[in-house]
Amino acid sequence: MGKQILLDKINVPGIKTYEVYRREGGYASVEKALKTMTPDEVVTEVKNSQLKGRGGAGFPMGMKWSFIDKKSGKPRHLVCNADESEPGTFKDRYLMEYIPHLLIEGMITASFALEAHLSYIYIRGEYMWVYKILENAIKEAYAAGFLGKNILGSGYDLDLYVHVGAGAYICGEETALIESLEGKRGNPRIKPPFPAISGLWANPTVVNNVESISAVPWIVNNSGAEYAKIGTEKSTGTKLISASGHIKKPGVYEIELGITVYDFINSSDYCGGMIDERPIKALVPGGSSVPILPAHLIYKTANGEDRLMSYESMSDGGFASGSMIGSGGFIVYNDTTCIVRSTWNFARFYHHESCGQCSPCREGTGWLEKILHRIENGHGREEDIDLLWDIQRKIEGNTICPLGDAAAWPVAAAIRHFREEFEYHVRFPEKIKNRDHFVAEPFEQVKHLVSKLTV
Amino acid sequence: MERSNISQTINIDAKLMERINELISHYPADKKKSALLPILHDVQDAHDNWLSIELMDKVAEILEIKPIEVYEVVSFYTMFNQRPIGKFMFEFCQTSCCVTRGVEDLMDYTCNKLGVGIGEPTVDGMFEVRGVECLGACGYAPMMQLGDEFKEHLTKEKIDQLIEDCKDGKINLHYQNNG
Repeated sequence: MGKQILLDKINVPGIKTYEVYRREGGYASVEKALKTMTPDEVVTEVKNSQLKGRGGAGFPMGMKWSFIDKKSGKPRHLVCNADESEPGTFKDRYLMEYIPHLLIEGMITASFALEAHLSYIYIRGEYMWVYKILENAIKEAYAAGFLGKNILGSGYDLDLYVHVGAGAYICGEETALIESLEGKRGNPRIKPPFPAISGLWANPTVVNNVESISAVPWIVNNSGAEYAKIGTEKSTGTKLISASGHIKKPGVYEIELGITVYDFINSSDYCGGMIDERPIKALVPGGSSVPILPAHLIYKTANGEDRLMSYESMSDGGFASGSMIGSGGFIVYNDTTCIVRSTWNFARFYHHESCGQCSPCREGTGWLEKILHRIENGHGREEDIDLLWDIQRKIEGNTICPLGDAAAWPVAAAIRHFREEFEYHVRFPEKIKNRDHFVAEPFEQVKHLVSKLTV
Repeated sequence: MERSNISQTINIDAKLMERINELISHYPADKKKSALLPILHDVQDAHDNWLSIELMDKVAEILEIKPIEVYEVVSFYTMFNQRPIGKFMFEFCQTSCCVTRGVEDLMDYTCNKLGVGIGEPTVDGMFEVRGVECLGACGYAPMMQLGDEFKEHLTKEKIDQLIEDCKDGKINLHYQNNG
């Protein structure tokens, strides 16, 4: 196991409570920042850490902070994105459920850096019990004098509240999240203006992921330079990985960025290998939106180098032979998985979650779902595969928010790497009648049939 | 979900009103509308888990906004119900990771056992089965949401037990925070 900076205390009995969290050294970063640092010094430390936003987009957090408008004199806000909804991702919930004060400490220190006096944690509605845990932890923090007026006698005031969503993946997009926080439908806004200039109630706003904000206390306590020593040169720090699928030990793991994908999947410290020792067929390394990787591109890149758990290695080869580390939603599939079925499943997800504002996404996701459904159910036509390709290409880049891209990429990658499997579905409808068709007969065993029919 | 014209007895008692006012206080005085989503959750919880038109109108009145501003929000978010629903709603996650771990078979099993299809409450109004999108518990698949909490690592035996527990009144739909 590598260095743990987020999960090191998560198993301490009672760490959910203020009392134990504080006894274990919690809230030290608030004391240090408020008593010995200026807000801009905190921003500098976060910049020096080179931490990339952990929600999925990977935008450098310090840079995002430096864009916030401090000159207009308008109130500023920090909003924590706890709308965790990317299929495959369940790490933020783990932090908030078991060590809620870590996020609250991060919110206070980060709000101080941004000179915000009113901040929110936006949590998805389905995490209702976690919402109640956070509300309780915030009450404790107020009672201990870490929130409210004149915190620790520093003259700094901060109010922090939890805002609960109600079931909408799109609210993980930062401008949709802001709309939702204003009591509206979660329709993303056209950018610019970016939230750093005009966000919540048209005030300068920074939106950061739970995991990013939870790393701030360590960075402030130990310095950005120390943080940057962890991981690789371009992927600093640790990352939480939500591991699921056909592995022996699904769960949330904190890794030092830069370990090999092979070790992560096979080491007993992490996923512990494949269930029943079945062969690995595919990997979605960073949440449902990122391109799926076929077996031969999981452990090695196209150049034959070891594939690493890092931003740069995971995307090595671009979309032709690489993917993205995204949110760290790491979904492992074995040889019984039907790629057409799983692509249809994701297409249904995006169709359901499209807000409906932009035609290419609203209509395109619906068509992707319908066509994939008919291929998976034995009614596909040979030309459907190219039709899918055409539709996804017309969505990508043509919408105001990234949901369109997120819906297009999994379809494109599935066709790029698993085209033969789509052809098999179209040509042998009687072989795929049962939804578990590849459980009894994995595709590897029937693959030869496809080539026989190739003109 | 289609809006329902079935009427509902509105009961916003003092305790609920106190909670509503507390939620409103979380936002600047001129931004009351921001409290809409959290308030709708509490109001829905107090009204058999669904929101009639009259109830939505009432929320609009409290927040001093137009009724349409409430309707358009309620119809956008999947957790707000616009018709009466089963008391114990088994909301299975049906996204890829849960499918990988067998949720489709469990949904079939549950529907057969209760004698219903997806989205139709049992005749006594006790149960309903729904398929929902990713709930953020992929590592603990297959799973479902029941009330405020998640039921994870599900098996047929666990489903049997949950149904019994619901019938015996052992399931509390709202999370009790004991610190």
